[in-house]
Parts: sequence; structure tokens; C-alpha cells
Amino acid sequence: MELTSHQFKSVSSAKLKDVKLQKALYKAKDGFVVPRAKVVADLDNFEEIRQAAADVRDHGLAHLDVYLEEWEKQAQAAGTIVHWAESYEELNALVVKIAQDNQVKKIIKSKSMVGEETGLNQYVEGHGIEVKETDLGEYIIQQAGEHPSHIIAPATHKSKDDVADLFAEKHQRPRLDDAEKLTHEAREILRPHFLDADMGITGANFMIAETGSTVIVTNEGNGRMTTTMPRVHVAISSIEKCIPTLDDFALMMRLLPRSATGQVISNYVSMTTGPKRAKDNDGPVEFHVIILDVGRTRVLGSDLREALRCIRCGACMNHCPVYQNVGGHAYGWVYPGPIGSVLTPAYNGIENAIDLPNAATLCNQCGVVCPVKIPLPDLMRKLREKQYERNLKSSAEKWSLRLWAYLALRPKLYSIVTRIMARVGKLLGGDSRRINHMLFGGKDWTRHRDLPAPRGRTFRDIYLNRNKTTNR
Amino acid sequence: MRVGLFVTCVADLMRPSIGLAAVKLLERADCEVVFPENQTCCGQPAYNAGDRLTAQQLARKVISEFADVDYIVIPSGSCAGMIKTHYEELLSDLPEYRVKAQWLAARTYELTDFLVNVVDMDSFDTTFQGTIAYHDSCAGLRELNIKEQPRKLLSHLAHVDLKEMAGAEQCCGFGGTFSVKYGDISSRIVDLKCDDLEATEVDALVLGDLGCMLNIEGKLRRRGNHKTKVLHIAEVLTGLVGEETE
Ligand code: SF4
Repeated sequence: MELTSHQFKSVSSAKLKDVKLQKALYKAKDGFVVPRAKVVADLDNFEEIRQAAADVRDHGLAHLDVYLEEWEKQAQAAGTIVHWAESYEELNALVVKIAQDNQVKKIIKSKSMVGEETGLNQYVEGHGIEVKETDLGEYIIQQAGEHPSHIIAPATHKSKDDVADLFAEKHQRPRLDDAEKLTHEAREILRPHFLDADMGITGANFMIAETGSTVIVTNEGNGRMTTTMPRVHVAISSIEKCIPTLDDFALMMRLLPRSATGQVISNYVSMTTGPKRAKDNDGPVEFHVIILDVGRTRVLGSDLREALRCIRCGACMNHCPVYQNVGGHAYGWVYPGPIGSVLTPAYNGIENAIDLPNAATLCNQCGVVCPVKIPLPDLMRKLREKQYERNLKSSAEKWSLRLWAYLALRPKLYSIVTRIMARVGKLLGGDSRRINHMLFGGKDWTRHRDLPAPRGRTFRDIYLNRNKTTNR
Repeated sequence: MRVGLFVTCVADLMRPSIGLAAVKLLERADCEVVFPENQTCCGQPAYNAGDRLTAQQLARKVISEFADVDYIVIPSGSCAGMIKTHYEELLSDLPEYRVKAQWLAARTYELTDFLVNVVDMDSFDTTFQGTIAYHDSCAGLRELNIKEQPRKLLSHLAHVDLKEMAGAEQCCGFGGTFSVKYGDISSRIVDLKCDDLEATEVDALVLGDLGCMLNIEGKLRRRGNHKTKVLHIAEVLTGLVGEETE
């Protein structure tokens, strides 16, 4: 997917003014935050489970080479054909090759964020093969020619009305305005595609080393059909999704649906271990897994490693005050919100996503909900440090920081300057005691709000003076 | 006990009444208050901007200034959080300071946390009265677990009625330089905070952090709300509000 994170500022400003989007975001926020809070409160040991999950992920990542080899061995033993891809192009080309080798005309696809990274649909369609997204949200996005704005709810930026208009136009049918009816219409349109597709593509939430399985966690049933109905099934994933054992998977499943949608368990959990065996009633004749490593190994060896624990639940964005107001598209790449603000620069180069780690209040609403305890604000701060080291900060920011630091390290001078500022500030505030117009950096403050004026004297002056008087 | 007051750069310059109120509370609790005169800033702005070196210099400065106190008390969750939860990491590559940072962290308390959990203060001399809402500032809440402490203190005030506001734990959108670098996003977030506050219909919003205070008060006034006060909890607990201190 094309990276547009450098436009964060202008895009986010536009998104703030988009009334329809704001409504959709507001609705989505409550839809995620409230149910999650409820199911988390129902557990009496949520914090312990989170810690255990973080530990499992850390252990798996520390020995990732071992577990990936184990996974490959088990998968091959079950008849899975395993491929490794070190670039987006390589992954896309592998998919097309598998399709061509099998004379595939039509592909049905269930949601894959790795596929979004590589721009898979466009590539495959460019080779004359039809791709149908079958997850309702993804289907909507595909019809609209857009990108997902959320990792588990790709069309969350769209209102029901948007979808009604879109379906009426694309399906050439009378406009419906009931969500359930719209869903039925999509189902009706998609059903024949499931039946005549030659190949299914899914992502994989996890790869389990112990069994050589891939797993998808879904709610709509389209994923189950995609893994079982077509002749060929291709699962695409990335190296960090590998976890050691089935027990570890059970642990993750205590957290993933709860953190994602506030469900105790998702409607479907589909585990695929090899293609259809002789005694099986259904399943693909051929099962391929393509495992991507773009950026992951580099991050694994860096101080951003904790970001690789991510199980893509979306909780960090659902709870992020910035995401809640600008939506996912502003972030300009596949992963929005706090985890996106870490992964986007980590995978695409720090210099290509300067705004993202800075466009955060560091409130840690993300860190406390992350089911695998990724210290997202700390990672964003580390990225800021890297920007600073590489001189990627704006000169205005750098110089104001330098000036401030110069003073803060010279207490005598500092006390004089602040004494003057307190007096001048009081004068500027006047009777209303608020400053509504400042210059330079302050301009960006007073453009949006007043500044309560200083009171004329610093605490230091009042206190030291008071003590002098009482001591006398 | 000797208690060092770290008043914070914002209270020092913008709202000295908070510092005076903190002193009054500590003295009422029979603490010997010391105010190291050379204190300036905890270094958080540099730390969050990625300027580690400057942040380290300021952290070392704070460490040396508060070397001889039993406790260091701070009327701000975010500065206390900086010292308590970030100094050790910040100074991790300077072994001799790392230990000192741990020492300091163990002795550092956010004001309400200190009043409840160290001196267990339960009576106050204040003229303040009215209905209030409490905003749980991010660093205090999520770094230091400051939630019950201010509520407990406020419950001792006979003429103060706390009404919990919706979204009390939601960030106000300040975020230090975020508030100016991404001013329109910050502005939207604080607007929502003001909406929640105004829906609660109280005389004052009370909080324990300074950035949020300037941000929320500044936004309320810009929206034309000149009625709802925005006060630091120390001001409420002592009645030292605004001009009386000057
Ligand atoms: S970073 Fe944590 S909260 Fe965010 S999507 Fe990943 S696992 Fe979920």
C-alpha cells in the first residue's frame, strides 16, 4: 500500500471537519470501548492474563527462528506448502504464480492486513484474476475503492447511509436503509462467488509451531468458507505471528476477542492444518502458506521489539483520543492508531512517517488496554529520540527546546526570566486574566484556546520573600 | 520529616497559589518543608521531545537538589510520574545516577498520594464550597494510580459535593508540545472534555495536574464559559484560590 503518512497534518485537519466521519467515529468508539470494558471487568485476573500473554509473546519472539522452523516442519508434515517472502513484490508474485499454476480465474478473500501491506488485490487483478473480498467491511471498502481505516473494522469510517448509497449504486438495486437488509443483500451477492471461486486467500492471526497450523479468528463465517470451499487455499502471514503451542493459543484467545470486540469468544475460530485429507469431507486440495518478513527481523533486533507482540486486536486505536477524532485514514498506511504510529515508521523508515510518533499525547490509554502490554507511549518516545538523533525535528521545535533547556539549566537566569514573564503575562492578561493572542509558538496555543494569565509573581519569589520576612 | 517541595515549572510561573497551597497542606501535616531554590523543571519536555541528553542533565539536577530530604512531594501527576517511572530508564546508561534515580523514585510522591498514603490527612481548613467534578489526569492515573486519593481527600470537605463526570479518565488533549504542534486535534479533544464537564453542571473542575489545567481552563474561556472554575486540588483543600495569594 502506498505510504501517505507525511500528509498526516493536512489529512487529519480535513478529517476533523468531516461531519459524517465524526459521527461514524463517535459511534464506533462507544461500540468498542463499552463492551470491552464490560468483559474485562468480568474477569478477576485480567492483569495476570495480560502479563502471561506478554511473556509468551516475548519468549516466542526471542526464539522465533526455532519456532518458525518447528512450525514449518509440522506444517510440511501435514502437507502444507510453505513459502517465505522477503518483499511485498515476492509475496504478490507467489500468489499469482500459485493462481496461474492452478488455472485460477476467481479468488475469494477473507481479511488480511498483510495483504493490505503488499497491495495484493491490485497486483492480482493486474494479472487478470478476479478478487472478491468477502468480509462485509472489506467488501464495502473494495466496492468503494478505499483502504481499511481500522484493522478489525475496516469500514468503520462509513455510516449506514454511506453503505446504502454505495450498494444501491454498485448492486444496481433499490436503496435499502436497514443494516440487516444491507447485510443480507451483500450475502446474496457474495454467495455465488464462494461457490465458483477456485482459490481462497486468508490472513492468519496466528501460526502455531506445535501443530503447524494457521488460525483465523472471525465473526462472519466468510473466513471459514474461504478456507474450506475453493480448491486452493493460500494463507498469508508474517513471521511474528508464530506462537509456540496450542496452550499459548488458548491464552491469546482469552484476550483477543475480549480486547477487540468485547466478545468472550468470536463466532468463528478456524484452524487449518494442511490440505484436505482422504477422510475429510471438505477442505482445499492444495494449501499454501506464504510468510512475509518485511521489516520484522529488523524490528526484532531493535529497541522497538515489543511492538512485534501485537496480536492486532485494535484496542489501542479504539481507546486513542487522537484516533477517535481523526480516524484511521489520516495515519496514511495499513495500521492506524498507536500501534500504527510505531509500526509505520519502523517498517517504512522513520523519515517517512515523522508525524506519527509525535501526534500523540502519550496519555497511555493505549498501553493500559493493550492485551500484550506493549508500552506504546514508550515506543513512540523512542522513535522521537531517533528523530532527534537523526536531526529530523523541525528547527523551530529544536531551537525553542534549546532555549528552554539553556534557561532551565541556569537557575539564577531562569528565576529572572520567569519573574519577568510572570509580570508581563499578568499585564497581557489584563482584567479578564486570560491571554487570547500570543506570538511565535504561542500562536498555535491561542489559535484554539486562551491561556490563563500568570498571576504577576512566581511561586519562587513569593515563597522566598515570605520566608525572608518571617525569619527576620 | 523533611519534605522537599518540587513545585514544578508550570505552577511556579503560572499558578503560584498551587505551590502555596501545597506548602500549607504539608505544614499542616507537621512536615518540615524545604524548597530547593535552584529547582526549575523535571526535564519531561525534553524527554518527550526525544532530547535525551537535556532530559538527563535536568534529571541529574533534580537528583542532586533533593539529595537530603525524606520525601519529595509534587503537586502534579505528570512531573511526579516523570521522576517515579521514567528517571531510572532515562539514566540507565549512567550507572552512578541510576541508583540515585531509584532512591529518588522511591521517595517521590504526588501530593494527594502523599497526603493520603503517607500522612493520612483527614481534616482541612478551607473556605471553598460548591459542586465539583474531578478530572483524572493521564500520568497521575495511569502511571501512578492516582484515582481514589483525591476523592478520599475531597470527601472530608463538608461543603464540597463531588459529581463524577462522564469521561473523567479520558485525556484532555494537552500532551505538552502536542497541544501546539497538532493544535486542531488537541483542540477537538479538549472540546469534548469541556462538553462532558458542562453536561455535569458543577461550579468547578478540580484536578491534580497543570498542563490539563491550562488546557481545559483556556478552552472553557475561549468557548465563552467564564463561570466554571478550574482548580488544582491543593487550592480546593486550602481555600488558597487565585488572587488571595498575591
Ligand atoms: S498494539 Fe496491543 S492493543 Fe494495539 S492492536 Fe496490537 S495487541 Fe491490540
